Amino acid sequence: MAERATGPGTGARPSGGLVLGPLRTLTNEFTDKERRLAYILVTPALAIILAIALFPLLYAIWLSFQEIIINQSSSFVGLQNYVEMFQDPDFHSALRNTTVFTVLSVSLELVAGMAIALALSRAFKGRGIARATALAPWAFPPAIAAVMWRLMFQDQVGGGIVAYLIKSSGIYTHPILGNDAALIGAAVLVDAWKTTPFMALLLLAGLQVIPQDVYEATKVDGATSWQQFWRVTLPLVRPAMLVALLFRTLDAWRVYDLLWVMGNRQLNSLSVYVYNGVKISQLDFSLGNAAAVFVFLSSIAIAFVFIKVLGTRAVE
Amino acid sequence: MGGEFETRWGKIVFYVLIILFVLMTISPLLWMAKMALVSQAELDAYPPTILPQSFDLTSFQTIFGDNRFRAGLVNSMVIAGATTVICLSVGSIAAYALARLEFGLRGPVLSMILAVAFFPAVAIIAPLFLQFSNWGMVNTYQSMIIPDVLFALPLTVYLLVAYFRELPLDIEEAAKVDGAGPMQTFFRVTLPLSIPGVVTTGLLCFIFAATEFLFANTFAFDSTTQPVTVIIPQFASQYRTDYGAQAAASMVVTIPLTILVLAFQRRIVSGLTAGAVK
Repeated sequence: MAERATGPGTGARPSGGLVLGPLRTLTNEFTDKERRLAYILVTPALAIILAIALFPLLYAIWLSFQEIIINQSSSFVGLQNYVEMFQDPDFHSALRNTTVFTVLSVSLELVAGMAIALALSRAFKGRGIARATALAPWAFPPAIAAVMWRLMFQDQVGGGIVAYLIKSSGIYTHPILGNDAALIGAAVLVDAWKTTPFMALLLLAGLQVIPQDVYEATKVDGATSWQQFWRVTLPLVRPAMLVALLFRTLDAWRVYDLLWVMGNRQLNSLSVYVYNGVKISQLDFSLGNAAAVFVFLSSIAIAFVFIKVLGTRAVE
Repeated sequence: MGGEFETRWGKIVFYVLIILFVLMTISPLLWMAKMALVSQAELDAYPPTILPQSFDLTSFQTIFGDNRFRAGLVNSMVIAGATTVICLSVGSIAAYALARLEFGLRGPVLSMILAVAFFPAVAIIAPLFLQFSNWGMVNTYQSMIIPDVLFALPLTVYLLVAYFRELPLDIEEAAKVDGAGPMQTFFRVTLPLSIPGVVTTGLLCFIFAATEFLFANTFAFDSTTQPVTVIIPQFASQYRTDYGAQAAASMVVTIPLTILVLAFQRRIVSGLTAGAVK
């Protein structure tokens, strides 16, 4: 990133150049042959992002202030869609389910992922096999993972092995697929099965850049493994953890296929709410779209909190 | 964390945990395989049999006899294949510019492309649905390929930038000395040298598009365009009690994906985790 220093927006520039500097750099950008080529090469990618992400996003925000009836007129209604959305009991259940699912699945995946990453960072026989199998569930389409696990959670049939094991262990004796809370719990387990190994591989990559002599030094100082983990490993692995956590949280926040399929279309989440409004009941199109904008804004808020809170603590 | 185990018991506990982890990861696959291959009578038996007692291919006959399932497989291949080709074409030239050429807006452009990875897909399904309806594009392959390309692009660019940067600079510089322009250098030197990286990236694009569900479920209406990820959950309603068919269908899709991922395991891991530690 060395050439960033010549680009606009860098702080260390004489005060007079604040206005002229960037302009002069910009004209340079398009007269130099190689630079011009670079812009030509990134143009298709940028065009895709502008046309398929940025424009639809702005359009969605604009639409969220309209009352839309598909193939008919639309009229400006201000914040009415958002007011109606926040009063809708379905939106409440969507928000609640999504929050519970996100908090439970991400914390479970972080703790379990860290444990597995620590284990995989040791040298042992069969480590290659363990690491390879970790990647298998990650390649599964979530919708199909949900179908598979729904079969295993079926009550009273031969395929419902997980339901059978849970029932005979006495942990939970009611049909799991018949109750929203149990379904969300089941979905958390499925999500953890699918993503924990991947989380572990991300954390493992972070662990492997920690130099070995740091551990040797603390060992000489008489630190126990426990102290070593909290005082050395955790602070050093924090940047990798932040990336993995942020990614997983935003991913869980927009959960759709897993809950939709596991709950046989009946289990609500924010994305399911949007889908139902947009595709199923087109009378609720405006509400679904407003919820979509809500998902976008709340994702930004989550990212902001993560970077602000976890990011600064990593610097200290 | 490396080094020797402190006690014999520590070692035993450690191996038990590792074996448990591997078992938990793969046992659902083994169970699905078992369900797909046993007779209906054994599927209905309760409590479940742990080891298979019968062998029966009826479930596979059921799903391959189903037109919608076969069409779904084809649709998935078309959508994922087209997404991969477009993403690699657009992504490789952008990645080359970002990895090797100097330009002032490089940082902002790279950030903008990578930011899409954090962008919630659901935020744009309403406006896309309106646009596609207006243009008569709902229930077409394009309606899924277009958004799939958008969301596969950040991963493509990110991986290819990493692969291009790994190449030794002096080979490209030698081409420059011989009078090759940047585009010639890219097509004759950089791209051929990074074929393994491009293949891995293409594979990940393909997996991404083949596992996508939200756009497919929103924009595809029937089996002329619905990919297999949408068809299989519908089986759950259609073959409500035919658990064997559902298991067999899941197997047909996941086994090839699993084999591909395991074959490219090392490259995928090093590619995907590169950014987490830099």
